[in-house]
Amino acid sequence: MPADDVLEAPNILEYPYARSTGPVIGRFMTGLRDGRIHGVRAADGRVVCPPTEYDPVTSEALGEDSFVEVGPAGEVATWAWVHEPHEKHPFDRPFAWALVRLDGADTAMLHAVDAGDESRMATGMRVQPRWRDERVGDIHDIEAFVPEDAA
Amino acid sequence: MSDTSAADPVTKIDTPIELRYRFTAGRAQSRFLRGVQQGKLLGQRCPQCGKVYVSPRGACAACGVATDEEVEVSDKGTVTTFCVVNVPFYDQKMEIPYVSATILLDGADIGLMHLIQEAKAEDVHMGMRVEAVWAPPGERTPSLEAIKYFRPTGEPDADYETYREHV
Repeated sequence: MPADDVLEAPNILEYPYARSTGPVIGRFMTGLRDGRIHGVRAADGRVVCPPTEYDPVTSEALGEDSFVEVGPAGEVATWAWVHEPHEKHPFDRPFAWALVRLDGADTAMLHAVDAGDESRMATGMRVQPRWRDERVGDIHDIEAFVPEDAA
Repeated sequence: MSDTSAADPVTKIDTPIELRYRFTAGRAQSRFLRGVQQGKLLGQRCPQCGKVYVSPRGACAACGVATDEEVEVSDKGTVTTFCVVNVPFYDQKMEIPYVSATILLDGADIGLMHLIQEAKAEDVHMGMRVEAVWAPPGERTPSLEAIKYFRPTGEPDADYETYREHV
């Protein structure tokens, strides 16, 4: 706490960035807008989701014919429960950040799991996306993943 | 995003960043900011090298000693360097083009950054003599916005030797 004679004030920095997606993430985002989730098949046959522009092992460019649809359901690979969400979090109630491995994918994607209570979370649990009604082509088109048994 | 139709592929996403800080001015700068609210520019003199810092930070960065002596400096000064802003950016408050300048106040040994108005951008130059245009007393806050801008005084340009240490 500063002394009484010392001034203080909020100092808010904003960077309103827009980012070019490129063809691969662009395709992923376009899919989200349509309610579909895409990954890419790498040279070793593994499916990477979210898709990468280059093969994670061989570094070869992954082309148009590499896209595969995955999910939309999957399983929680790892998770962390957020007891006290802050204002930038997707929910004002406790939730989990989780790496979700979608069905048909070999890598996991970071997203929120709206499970209601920590006791409902478990590694390996089945989850499915809860889509927004109005989708724009952004990761937030998936509002959260929810336990499959809750659907 | 919303500027494309639902049929167009997505090529752009918005990824805004917001950093919320709480700025604490410290004692020396708080005195300075309360001073500008009253229409005074208060600096501090280094006891070792004698330089006057406006706004003060409570210590001389060159000598590494505390600066206790308070000095009031003039609200007139000399443009040492300046920049004509022609590029629009997010949340811009000023109409472009406008001029942002470093002003060496008479009696100070460090430049103060502020706006130059009541002059065409192309007429602003190094050595130009300027004076503060203060906001009305009732509208002043403890911030440099208590000075609306600086404007030319019409005096002859300052001799280069008087500000050559500051360019």
